[in-house]
This record gives sequence, C-alpha cells and structure tokens, in this order.
Amino acid sequence: MTDLYTLQGITVRYGARTVLAVDKLAIRRGEILSVVGPSGAGKSTLLRLLNFLHPPTSGEIHFDGIPFSADRAATLEMRRRVTTVFQHPVLLRRSVEANVTYGLRLRGQRGDAEALHATLASVGLAELAQQPARTLSGGEAQRVALARALVLRPEALLLDEPTANLDPYNVGLIEQNIARLNQEQQTTIVLVTHNLHQARRLAHRVLFLLDGHPVETAVTQTFFEFPHDPRTGAFVRGDMVY
Amino acid sequence: MANFLEGFHQSLQLLLGGDSQLAAIVLLSLRVSGIALAISTAIGIPLGALLGLTRFYGRPLAVALVYTGMAFPPVVVGLFVYLLLSRSGPLGALALGWIPRLFTPEAMILAQVIIALPLVAGFTLAAVQGVDPALRLQIQALGASRWQTTGAILEEARVGVVAAVVAGFGGIISEVGAVMLVGGNIAGQTRVLTTAIVLETNKGNFGLALALGGVLLGIAFAANLLILRLEGRSFHS
Repeated sequence: MTDLYTLQGITVRYGARTVLAVDKLAIRRGEILSVVGPSGAGKSTLLRLLNFLHPPTSGEIHFDGIPFSADRAATLEMRRRVTTVFQHPVLLRRSVEANVTYGLRLRGQRGDAEALHATLASVGLAELAQQPARTLSGGEAQRVALARALVLRPEALLLDEPTANLDPYNVGLIEQNIARLNQEQQTTIVLVTHNLHQARRLAHRVLFLLDGHPVETAVTQTFFEFPHDPRTGAFVRGDMVY
Repeated sequence: MANFLEGFHQSLQLLLGGDSQLAAIVLLSLRVSGIALAISTAIGIPLGALLGLTRFYGRPLAVALVYTGMAFPPVVVGLFVYLLLSRSGPLGALALGWIPRLFTPEAMILAQVIIALPLVAGFTLAAVQGVDPALRLQIQALGASRWQTTGAILEEARVGVVAAVVAGFGGIISEVGAVMLVGGNIAGQTRVLTTAIVLETNKGNFGLALALGGVLLGIAFAANLLILRLEGRSFHS
C-alpha cells in the first residue's frame, strides 16, 4: 500500500500557541485512518491541513507526491481531489439536490442523473431531493453533506465528527456509506471521531493525538488491545483526565 | 386642507393627462439615478464583498470610511462636488473632457455615486458578514475557487445585497441637496423630481409638486416591490 499523504515536520501555530506538531505521519492510499483524542488535541486542524484549507506554519505535506507548505499553496486541481464532511454542515439555501450537485457544478459538471439518484438513495434522501435543504433535520442535513462529498468521488474523504449528536439510525446509515465507499472505490478516509466504538468498527489504523502531538499510530486491534504508550491505554480505557 | 385637496386634484390631472414637462423630469431623474446606481452597484458590491471577506492591513480604516460615508449628508456631498468641479476647483481647473462640468447631469451622477456607493458597499459588507463563516470553509472544501466562493457567499447573502442596492437607489432618488447644488435645477437640463418639488412648492404650485411627489413615492414603491419579489424567490429556492 503506497502513501497518499506524507507529513514532515508539520507545525501549526496561532500566535505563540502551537496547536499541531506532527514530526512524521503517512496516510496510506485506500485506508481508513481514524484520528482520536480529546477536544483541542488538533484533530480538526489536521483535517484542514489535509484538505489544503489552511497552510502549515512550517513543514511540508506531500499529497500524491505534490508538496504543500506555507510557501507552496495547493492548486485548485489538487484541492478538488479531496473533500471534507464537517461536524456541523452548513447547507446552501437551495434544494437538497442542488446542494448535492453543488461541488460538481463548481467543476463545470452536471453529473449523471442515475448516479445522483443512487447516491441520494444510498443516504436515504431520494424522497427529499426537491425539498429546501434548510428545512431538514440535523441527521438529514448531515446525510446531504455526506452525499455532496460522495458524488465528487474524491481520492481522500475527510470526516470531522460526522455522526456527533446523531441518532442511531443516522449513525448506522453514515457508517455504512463510509465503509462501502472505502471498500468499493478504495477511497482513502480520515475519520476524526470522539466515538471510540466507531473508530474500532470502521478504521484500519488509529492515530491518537494529544495536545497537538501524535502519541501513537497503530493498527486498530493493536491500538485498542495492546497500546504501546500508557497514555493511549489510559485514553482508550477512559481513565485519562483532560 | 383646501390647498392640499386642490393640489391632490391637480396632481391626478397631471398624472393622468401625460404632461410632457413631468415626463421629462421623471425620465431625467431615472436616468441620473439609474446610471449612478449602476456605477455604485458595480463598484459597491465587489468592494463590500472584499471588505467583508478578506483581512488586510488598513481594513478597519476602510470599513470605518465606508460606514462614515453611509451617513454623508447629501448637501455636504453636493458642496464637495461643487468645489471639486468649479472652475477654480482641483478638477474643474483641469478642464479635461472626461471630467464632468458643473450644472450638467454628469455632475449630478458623480454626486449621487458618492452618496450611493457607501450605502451599497456598507450594506453588502454587512450582508456577507451575516453569512455563516463555516459556509465559506465548507464551500472551499467542496473545491470552490476564490471567485466561486465569493459568488456563492454573495448568492447566500442575496436578500441583503438586493437591500443594499435598493437602499442606494432610495438614497439618491429622494435626495435634493446634492443635485440642487451641482445641477442647478435648470429647466429641461438638470431639473429632477426632488429639485422640481422644491421649486414648485416655493412657487405655490402645489398640484405639480404633489404630482411629482406621487411619482417619487411610486418609484420608491416599485423598488420595494422588487426587493420583496427577490426575497420571496429566495425563500422558495
């Protein structure tokens, strides 16, 4: 398995405060990497870097061999190979279908009607296609956000707490789509979650971030059952006070 | 009360009779304010978006200037433009072909642009700042270029942006001080609705003054209908 992303000497600082410091990290093509850690650990900052929405203060990221750093901005073409589903999706004041196809239209594409319908159906929104998106419930809105990312068929899909505060039905539907996308299209997925059970269910590897620093990265079973670092063990057991 | 009723009666006669003098005044008002609004919109919307969506050195000063401009008394703007364009003024003295001359519709347009531009830019700035900042990040994450992001945010803020344009139009179609000073209220050349109302009122021609006032109100009403229509569309899309 080759690496899609490699990060070297990455820091992100806001003023004097360092919010992320990753010495070395590789994200493999086609894997689901779950990023866990307490609030404020730098998980969302990491996702913004991976989506090239925010440059690092120092260090370099290579995406498919293409560098991205404070001095080397990401091209539009490069940015369009990756997308993010955010914890709190903000939808456009348009219909569900218009929201889902929005990213395609940004690329000058109209999208295949059949594929669009299949995507909407896969997230249980086929019946709501023409409904104004701003009238949806939280779970439905999150599924629209997932659908608008899925239709783009990104090489890397970044998920920032995609099921936080959702009911079990919505959680199940979203997890099902994440797993299917990875299996059928070998999409690289980085999943930030507070839900350790979810990380265990979906991820191939897990990265534990603490105070902006990676503590441990391991294959999922090893991470949960035989963690190397005592801090990982304490976090997994719920003993960590932060 | 009798004057009012008589004036009202006269105004109806003028409006229904298709008075040519009235038509010329209305057309000149629409031409001057329409061109001024088009210029203010073309500059004000991008300026408001720029101030609302970017951070740069000197931005707070630029925002403060725009907000101050929103409160410019039109008569002061008129005085400023008058002094600029008068023969001894810094622009008038240059006597260049592209610089408007005093007491022409072009000078009135310049004055109205100075009045409307801060209104359009200021309200646009407020409208784009009212859009959820998370939306911008999420649009970028979907692969929007800088221009596409700005366009999407302006579209989300369209009700406020339309209100900005209507506020700009309302500010200039109804102002009298600036156009009186720089236009001179010359019959058939620079006489517009507001200056004509002042003149006819001073002359005691309440009928014509009221008719002109009615047309002015009608134009304002039409502008409000337009914004309501656009707001209605946004709720249904």
